[in-house]
Amino acid sequence: MKAANEGQAMKPARQTRLSIETPEGVVFSFELATPVTRALAWAVDAAAMAVASSMIGQVLLALKLLSGDWASAVSVIIYFAISIGYAILLEWRWRGQTIGKRLLGLRVIDVHGLRLQLPQIALRNLLRLVDGLPAFYLVGGLACIFSRKAQRLGDLAANTVVTREAPRERAIEPSGLERIAPAKYNSLLAQPQLAARLRSLATPEAAALAVRAVTGRDGYDPAARIALFRELAAHFRSLVEFPEEAVESLTDEQYVRSVLRVIYGGAK
Amino acid sequence: MIVDIPRFVAVERPYWDELAAILDRMDAEPERRLPLAEIQRLHYLYERCSAGLARLDAFSTSPALRTLLESLVSRAYTEIHETRAPQKIRWKALFFAFPRAFRRHLAAFSLSLGITLLGVAFGWFAIRMDPSSKAVLMPFPHLLHSPAERVHEEESAKTDRLHGAKATFSAELMTHNIQVTIMTLAMGMTWGAGTLMLLFYNGVILGAVAADYVSAGFATFLTGWLLPHGSIEIPAILLGGQGGFILAGALIGWGGRTSRSGRLRAVAPDLFAIVAGAACMLVWAGMVEAFISQYHRPVIPYGLKIAFGACELVALTAFLGWAGRE
Repeated sequence: MKAANEGQAMKPARQTRLSIETPEGVVFSFELATPVTRALAWAVDAAAMAVASSMIGQVLLALKLLSGDWASAVSVIIYFAISIGYAILLEWRWRGQTIGKRLLGLRVIDVHGLRLQLPQIALRNLLRLVDGLPAFYLVGGLACIFSRKAQRLGDLAANTVVTREAPRERAIEPSGLERIAPAKYNSLLAQPQLAARLRSLATPEAAALAVRAVTGRDGYDPAARIALFRELAAHFRSLVEFPEEAVESLTDEQYVRSVLRVIYGGAK
Repeated sequence: MIVDIPRFVAVERPYWDELAAILDRMDAEPERRLPLAEIQRLHYLYERCSAGLARLDAFSTSPALRTLLESLVSRAYTEIHETRAPQKIRWKALFFAFPRAFRRHLAAFSLSLGITLLGVAFGWFAIRMDPSSKAVLMPFPHLLHSPAERVHEEESAKTDRLHGAKATFSAELMTHNIQVTIMTLAMGMTWGAGTLMLLFYNGVILGAVAADYVSAGFATFLTGWLLPHGSIEIPAILLGGQGGFILAGALIGWGGRTSRSGRLRAVAPDLFAIVAGAACMLVWAGMVEAFISQYHRPVIPYGLKIAFGACELVALTAFLGWAGRE
């Protein structure tokens, strides 16, 4: 059993984020797109290609009046050019995005965070022929599921990954912070060093749980609510010990609200 | 450690906004060259933003702020640390990149040629030893007739059987052959096994057809039929095979100390140049096959067709062997 566990530990885990360390020693990361989101983006792209082909088909009807042979030849070439060139052209002009990827907030990036080059884009898209085998992207889908960075074969060859774009949000606080955790009368904020320590030790999961508990407090059974806030307060108290005079009159719920202000709102 | 996040945000936000504005402009105008002062400013803002992100590392509870800074740093990092050529296509460079890429990987091309020749030999001997294997080796209805019947039909034809369909036929040949070439290259991802099988099978068909016509005494007809387009089409598929073996070589990476990702990164431009060059060749081959190859004596004398094919082969050899040499 132990050996099996060790074996499992040795197996490279599938990553959900791609981290890149700059020469300056700063680390940033991208969220990797899941195979399902990628399949949806591909479905949108397939629909876009079908629409483009049918629109061009309508235009070619006019050419058919002049020469049926040439109209048919042009339609064969255009259909082929769209099926091969659509993703190459759009990913190149839109820096790693197609219509489907734009709609779903995905972007192809270089695996080292560098600028995507045309040969990389061409290679990852030409290798769709293998990824699409035997049908419905089975090879590519399996490669995506089993590779560490969710790469299909085309991505592996071209050194690319598909990421979910981070929303370029401006707000950096949860909405309604003042309502759920007012800064006024927050005795924890009077201890800036301890507050900073609490901010650094609290995990995003615990903070998110506390936000959920505070915003949904009225929906809980009173006994369950008391127990929930007791547990949350105990967790945060275990991280940093504030002086007695700062916390002596606080209930567990008030303590959790004060902690939320410290985490999301910083010092006074 | 940042003690006061709101103050940190208030002080740094103008720099982040400035950096975002520069990056947005670079996104919107990818071909614009930044003046030196703007490059220096971009670098300063990138370092300032990176420093902010590093300071924020101690604060796991500011995910939205972290996301914002990560997005800015990653975008700026891409612009600052990229040393490869910009995204503009330089047609002249691409034109010479093709023969140069071909010459850089002659061993892969030789392997591609060798496997095809093995297939040709297999197809040749299979048909010579067992003519009944024709239906298995050449599963194409138009090749199953006896060569004598076919030659008689072609040479005595009073009408143009491709009349009104030449352009479509040509387009179908181009697209099909380009697809086969891309597939031969892409199959390199199976550590070369798929490429090897496709090349061998192509060779078998070629060898079987050749044996069938040569043994029936129609070698001239065969040469006149295949050479005008085959002198370009077959090398194009061999180039696809070359690409497949380059890909396989980078994937396997015998003996080298470079990482797999580094090896694949190094060969990507060459693969692109080879596949783009082969696709152009196949457009030409498709036109020649529909408009010249399908016409035989007395419409076009065999000598002329063979001379045309030989000239193409010489020109292609000269281009791949010498173009872009420094």
